[in-house]
Amino acid sequence: MTEQEILQKVQDIVVDELDVEASDVTLTADIKDDLDADSLDVFEIMNELEDELDLKLEASEDVRTIQDVVNYVKKELDAQAK
Amino acid sequence: MEKLKIVETASYIPPKTVTNDDLSQLMETSDEWITARTGIKERHISLGENTSDLCTKVASQLLQQSSWPVETLDLIIVATMSPDSFTPATAAIVQGNIGAVNAVSFDVSAACSGFVYGLDVVSKFMTGRQGMRAMLIGGEVLSKVVDWTERGTAVLFGDGAAGVLLENNSADSYLLASVLKTYGDQHEKLTAGQTQPLTEFPPQTSTVIHPFTMNGQAVYKFATHAVPETIIAACQQAGVTVDQIDHFVLHQANARIVKAIAKRMKQPLEKFPLNIAKYGNTSGASEPILLDELVKNGQIKRGQLLVLSGFGGGLTVGTQIIKY
Repeated sequence: MTEQEILQKVQDIVVDELDVEASDVTLTADIKDDLDADSLDVFEIMNELEDELDLKLEASEDVRTIQDVVNYVKKELDAQAK
Repeated sequence: MEKLKIVETASYIPPKTVTNDDLSQLMETSDEWITARTGIKERHISLGENTSDLCTKVASQLLQQSSWPVETLDLIIVATMSPDSFTPATAAIVQGNIGAVNAVSFDVSAACSGFVYGLDVVSKFMTGRQGMRAMLIGGEVLSKVVDWTERGTAVLFGDGAAGVLLENNSADSYLLASVLKTYGDQHEKLTAGQTQPLTEFPPQTSTVIHPFTMNGQAVYKFATHAVPETIIAACQQAGVTVDQIDHFVLHQANARIVKAIAKRMKQPLEKFPLNIAKYGNTSGASEPILLDELVKNGQIKRGQLLVLSGFGGGLTVGTQIIKY
């Protein structure tokens, strides 16, 4: 899965979950500060990504921006492929 | 398919109300924060009444509503994670208080799944025993195991009790399916009342009972996956579709969890009644409190299909389908 495909997946889920515009879900957007998500929203976004991509993800404090989410998913997908 | 009729429902909520604003005087939190993340506006706290006292009031109310002679009760089960004591069982205290001399009485410990685990046990007792009568009560005084300085958990819980009278004596009410699962590998994700063994003798410190701890993300993930899975399995067992279910009576842990489950099940939120705003999470009492409200206000009617689903410490989950 390419980074672009992961971003598309993350954008779709975030738009659905947070009821925001796709154009707001940029790589630099901070999920909590810019997209107004709370901790349960982040749990649910991770939940949806886990289900759709068959991964195990944790909602860590290190994952703040959309870029962080994409990087995290890419890292887990790469680890799974090995 | 087991013949099992919920004959009566009743509840008792202790009168002391604690609002989110009250809690914000005790700890760094606010009504807005609690409401947005949990759906809880207030909870009731028991002052001077223990779990058996709440359950005894429910038991007396149930008997009064039914006019059943107390000696005709064959079984009393109390589902609780906050019993009065390690022994005797809270159910035994209730049995003594109401004089149900013929009722075998014991507790079920399955935290927030306690009521559905208890209902499964009742149904197995009733198999082949035409006319058997049982009382199942979920009762909690969680305020005695809450750390009132820990805002992550203190805002969540409340006290209360509710129960049902059940009878194997009907041709029109059934337990259609029961699916219970336990995930003991995740037992540390939600704990309360942990005790410690002695490390020296004679002991130099007094006994300590630990308050609630919870891994919020793990419990959220568990609930939003395990509950839909057991609902689907129960529907298959019952031979009904999810769309045919009239009411999903879910454990009231968090309004956001219930809404996430409704979304995952692709069912309208209107079929998932919520009363957590008034009571908080009352663990084993939450489903019967909600059930009693829905029966008393006429939303649940005879002949309807109900899902009862509990989930929580253990981690445990259970779903039943009842033709009410």
